[in-house]
Amino acid sequence: MFLINCPFCGEREQSEFKAGGEAHIVRPKQPTELSDDEWAEYLFMRKNIKGVQFERWNHVHGCRKWFNMVRDTSNDQIKAVYKMGEKPPVK
Amino acid sequence: MKNKYSIFSLIKNAFSYHENWEKAWKDPEPKKEYDAVIVGGGGHGLATAYYLAKKHNMKNIAVVEKGWIGGGNTGRNTTIIRSNYLWDASAGLYDHALKIWEGLSQELNYNVMFSQRGVMNLAHNLQDVRDLKRRTHANRLNGIDSVYLNTEEVKKFCPIINTSQDIRYPVLGGTLQRRAGTARHDAVAWGYARGADEMGVDIIQNCEVKGIKRNGDTVEGIETTKGFIKTKKIGVVAAGHSSVIANMAGLKLPLESKPLQALVSEPVKPIIDTVVMSNAVHAYVSQSDKGELVIGAGTDDYVSYSQKGSHDIVEGTLNAILELYPIFSRMRMLRQWGGIVDICPDASPIISKTSIKGLYFNCGWGTGGFKATPGSGDLFAHTIANDEPHKLNAAFNINRFVSGDLVDEHGAAAVAH
Repeated sequence: MFLINCPFCGEREQSEFKAGGEAHIVRPKQPTELSDDEWAEYLFMRKNIKGVQFERWNHVHGCRKWFNMVRDTSNDQIKAVYKMGEKPPVK
Repeated sequence: MKNKYSIFSLIKNAFSYHENWEKAWKDPEPKKEYDAVIVGGGGHGLATAYYLAKKHNMKNIAVVEKGWIGGGNTGRNTTIIRSNYLWDASAGLYDHALKIWEGLSQELNYNVMFSQRGVMNLAHNLQDVRDLKRRTHANRLNGIDSVYLNTEEVKKFCPIINTSQDIRYPVLGGTLQRRAGTARHDAVAWGYARGADEMGVDIIQNCEVKGIKRNGDTVEGIETTKGFIKTKKIGVVAAGHSSVIANMAGLKLPLESKPLQALVSEPVKPIIDTVVMSNAVHAYVSQSDKGELVIGAGTDDYVSYSQKGSHDIVEGTLNAILELYPIFSRMRMLRQWGGIVDICPDASPIISKTSIKGLYFNCGWGTGGFKATPGSGDLFAHTIANDEPHKLNAAFNINRFVSGDLVDEHGAAAVAH
């Protein structure tokens, strides 16, 4: 359990949020031209990093807005939180 | 040849105050080269090594484990064993394992305390009732014992369940698999380790894999904290850390690793003689031979390798337990812990070759791998030895995420993943 600083509402308990998985996976511009391998890569394959990972989260029991987070998955420490469309503040 | 465990060896060792038992397995340093190396010394990895040596005559093999054997999810799960899965492929896979469980203590000469006390799955709404009936029929077509029980029959089988229709999620019925049950998790790892060691398998603990050496599309060996080990075949059975190993080889897997929690109560006298699982309210309970209630909670929905889950998950599970079993209202919980489970998008495992020659993965067991330990080891050993899957694990190849031929057990598997 940890606290998340929602960019719209401020600090709230993690239980108010829903994790949305790996961030910055771009939806293919021309889906009809994708091979099966490329579809599998987009739909299913995940980095699943042990360490610093970029993620999407949704404040489902609050403002219901999506945002991005940089989190160390080995100890659940949050490095940064930033809005959708913004560039990640840390590498 | 190891001394056989028996009543006579027990009596004999009693005279020396049980201080002279022979070691169940050696603690060797790694050799320079093996015919195959299994990465991960949990139940699945040790079983794989055991069957590679026993059925495929591969004796020059090693199991490398970063911690101690059985210290990961093998020692952290709620030990439920069942095979009442919906789809044909899953039914074949899990019932293969259940059949091996039935003779495992004798085969290993190690008491794994397999107890066929039955597993009951409860229905709490109309859709549950329909799903559970459908699954019962599917199970019976696949030769798996499964019966549907109405509310009165549920109450009769497990009298402490609150079957009042006034509660938030009333019990509308359930299914029962009588051949299902529990086993002693540590004993499974130790029994397989002892059996594999006897056939010459090197079990190397405190040996973490740091890299996988490739020559083009062929593996050449592994870099470990105990040096480089040359091998042509690498079988990875690293559960929650499968993606970490895959990344070392430049592969991506369709997995997400999440914390799954369990907890046990203080020990009490026998009160529940079966396993009761409830998908809709996410509460599982059974009683260990020590008398503790063993309670399984759900997964958190975020990726984490921290082996810690959220408190609200435990709270939700205990709310459900208390509503279903008011008799437990004054029980105190003794311990709580988390394990990291690797979940596939279709909630079915991967037992497969990969695009890299000599690299095999057995992963994605998610929240329910313990039950499959013997079958998983047997089929993975077959896949590694023959470089081809057995017909029972052919459907569980990694290419199903490309072809779309998924084995979708999400929601169908009698448990919420």
